[in-house]
Amino acid sequence: MQGLLPYIINGISVGGQYALIAIGYTLVYGILRLINFAHGDVFMVAGLVMVYSTTAMPMYLALPLVLIVTSLLGFVIERAAYKPLRTAPRMSLMISAIGVSYLIQNLAFYITGGLPQPVKNSIPWISDTITIFGASTKRVTVVTPILTIILVFALVALIKKTKVGMAMRAVAKDFQTAQLMGIRINSVISVTFVIGSFLAAVGSMLYFTNYPTVAITSGAMPGLKAFVAAVFGGIGSIPGAVVGAFLIGLCEELIKGAGYSTFSDAFTFALLIVVLCVKPTGLFGEKVTDKV
Amino acid sequence: MKKKETVFVMGVLLAVLIGAIILDALLPSYHIAIKVVKKAVVYSLVAVSMNLLNGFTGLFSLGQAGFMLLGAYSYAVLCIPVAKRAGVYQQYNGGIVQFSLPEIFSGLLGDKIGTVFGMLVALLIGGILAAVFAYLIGLPVLRLKSDYLAIATLGFAEILRAFFQWRTLGPVTNGSNLLKNYPDFSGATGYIILGGALIAVIVLLVNSTYGRAFIAIRDDEIAAEAMGINLAHHKRLAFVISSFFAGVGGGMLAMYMGAVQALSFKSSMTYEILLIVVIGGIGSITGSILTSFLYIASVEWLLRGLDSGKFLGINAPAVFKNGFRMAIVSVIIMVVVLFFRKGIMGDKELPDLLRRRAKKGGSAQ
Amino acid sequence: MSRNLLKVENLTMQFGGVVAVDNLSLEINEGEIVALIGPNGAGKTTAFNAITGVYEPTNGRVSFDGSVIVCNHPQGKMERTYKGELADLYKSERILNPTPDKITALGMARTFQNIRLWKSQTVFHNVLIAKHMLAKSNVFTATFRLNRREEEEQRREAMELLRLVGLDDVRDELATNLPYGRQRRLEIARALATKPKLLLLDEPAAGMNPQETIELADFVHEIREKMGLTVFMIEHHMDMVMKISDRIYVLDFGKLIAQGIPSEVQSNQRVIDAYLGVTEDA
Repeated sequence: MQGLLPYIINGISVGGQYALIAIGYTLVYGILRLINFAHGDVFMVAGLVMVYSTTAMPMYLALPLVLIVTSLLGFVIERAAYKPLRTAPRMSLMISAIGVSYLIQNLAFYITGGLPQPVKNSIPWISDTITIFGASTKRVTVVTPILTIILVFALVALIKKTKVGMAMRAVAKDFQTAQLMGIRINSVISVTFVIGSFLAAVGSMLYFTNYPTVAITSGAMPGLKAFVAAVFGGIGSIPGAVVGAFLIGLCEELIKGAGYSTFSDAFTFALLIVVLCVKPTGLFGEKVTDKV
Repeated sequence: MKKKETVFVMGVLLAVLIGAIILDALLPSYHIAIKVVKKAVVYSLVAVSMNLLNGFTGLFSLGQAGFMLLGAYSYAVLCIPVAKRAGVYQQYNGGIVQFSLPEIFSGLLGDKIGTVFGMLVALLIGGILAAVFAYLIGLPVLRLKSDYLAIATLGFAEILRAFFQWRTLGPVTNGSNLLKNYPDFSGATGYIILGGALIAVIVLLVNSTYGRAFIAIRDDEIAAEAMGINLAHHKRLAFVISSFFAGVGGGMLAMYMGAVQALSFKSSMTYEILLIVVIGGIGSITGSILTSFLYIASVEWLLRGLDSGKFLGINAPAVFKNGFRMAIVSVIIMVVVLFFRKGIMGDKELPDLLRRRAKKGGSAQ
Repeated sequence: MSRNLLKVENLTMQFGGVVAVDNLSLEINEGEIVALIGPNGAGKTTAFNAITGVYEPTNGRVSFDGSVIVCNHPQGKMERTYKGELADLYKSERILNPTPDKITALGMARTFQNIRLWKSQTVFHNVLIAKHMLAKSNVFTATFRLNRREEEEQRREAMELLRLVGLDDVRDELATNLPYGRQRRLEIARALATKPKLLLLDEPAAGMNPQETIELADFVHEIREKMGLTVFMIEHHMDMVMKISDRIYVLDFGKLIAQGIPSEVQSNQRVIDAYLGVTEDA
């Protein structure tokens, strides 16, 4: 058990980071029925912005900048690439998302020259090494789950208690009717993307403190895994996405600990397929019947 | 198709074939034009196979790279000359497979014909292997709704890729190392003939009663089911057939690249093909072929300058550096996706260009 | 009294907590034109869907041409939440829930309340595609054109059907370009392409003006005679219903409230209260 401890701690930590990304997927899918393929790349861009801003300005300016830029990016992507296709068939929307993902990766390649960017100035305090139960790790692995839970609670409170949250729930339930009832759809959708991107930025800063290199493809795998987490938990359900993410993070690390690291990625997909075939609505999802 | 249109299409195809033969006669096989034609043919085949599934049947599948991987490895593993195997499978004592199809058939049919026959059989096996996997994967996965189907097929492709890199399978797959030294068609003509024949089969399928059934499933599957079309059976059929051609395409890609490894068959390869299909026009085979050629020619050849400092006479190495080419291509793709949603050809085909009064739709006959 | 073609017994459809069709039993005999009427939301289309395999019935049994084709009883979660009647009646019977294509293959074809034509296809292709299920060719023989004779035969039959419904002049038009009334005719032609014994029409006259409705009524009558069909239809146009139906079933809130020949149903007080209403003197 002792040997597995560092893997468990790491698993919970990376699970928290996945959770922050997964929420973005599940929120967007809930209102637009869109798998936002570009979300993982937004996560990667946040990492790049962190690398550049932390070398160019002091921490207390750099970190908020990451949050602002990433949220703005999510907003712009929605307005430019998804809004025009709102009445188009679902496949067109998904293709646009794939196109945006492609574009972000290629632009990042162009700007960075294709070289992975190392994090030179780590965020202080959370990147310090500490010892837990005899295992040595960075403080960020402990901070992540706690911060994640706090943010999730805050988000759930927002959705349950505020007007904006109620509007989001209405749009998720029935898009057309919400519009007819006077809800400003564009604002609701934008808010959703901003929240998702904001959380992805937080997750990114935590993730790249633990794995301090940002490559162009750094967003693809965490993004895909976060998506699996969202599906596993029941797409559209925030608690589901969080639970799914922690589970995936844990299992992934345990598989590495057991010596099958080549398969840690494949495991996530196998889990996805099992879920889709056995209970496609996920752990906490709702069943929807088609009217003929 | 009417007489005039048949003649037109035949004419175009003949011109293409003659063009390829001339190209092969005039240029050395390593010339960029020949390479572009070869790669474009391969991408055309895979794009058309993806269009069959995504465009004509409406099944949003993102597993193409996985089936191409199966075809590519089948070809490579079956065609590496026995003498070269020890050098390729260095970590695995020469590997388990100790024969090569081209060499076996050379013994039976003579050197040239035998080699080509062996290569074709290897491609066929690759396609069949991909089809078998498609059948198995399709059983649970084809019932899913479109977005979920996309992610499930993507997942399967990634799982396949992990398996092909697994050390335990190394004696067959060479683990995460390259497979190389297998034979290739020397010129572009071989590719054109083979690719053309395979695409022709897909065209025949699309214009048959089964192709129309696929389109019915895409347009309204509830009505299709009510009119007696068994959804599970036909979706599986489309999936298996599409994957067969993707597998053969993968084999041809291996031939073209000269060396393959599982790592390159990432989801980004599937995305590339998907974007080609969309830009060409979902439901237009002509569009997929045209766009494949346009895309490959641009990326591999015409736009190279964007990466190396000089383009169209403008010298700006600070801007035209590595990666600019793909960045520009991505922007163009986004523009097409957003503003030319029907793609270049919409759902029209080559004969439709002849019809003076261009009516919308009705591409199947 | 002719042979029984369709027999629906104790059909109940429950969605969640709502019983949409409540213990419906009806019979349709060969050669009849039977109508199913009732206010909107009475469960008529739901009954159609359960009979044709689109939905699995919560309880009940459907027999076609003498054999049982659909049979189900409350299972799993539904066992506890079932609000309908006779939950134990079919417990010992084999469960049968075929997909709609299998039921069509047995000889039952339908049209839809909201027209479901294949929008990217021409009028001709919409009918031709419905012939696919009758094709004996497999994917290889079809692809390599070894099925030429069968293909020609199917094309001929499709053209005949278009002539029958009066759509042969627009055979190469996109189906969606047709006016509404003609689209409904096309849907009927498409259903006929599957060579059914029983034709289920879901509000065939919806959206038609009085003239078109009369023409449709005559047409339904005509195909019954010419093709030896049996027709089961949902309709709101009472003139058409009363004119051509042999018998009528009346549904209200999922329950059968009346049945009989047109004159009986017309004068049935329950039916008048629930649906037909009384004409007010101006």
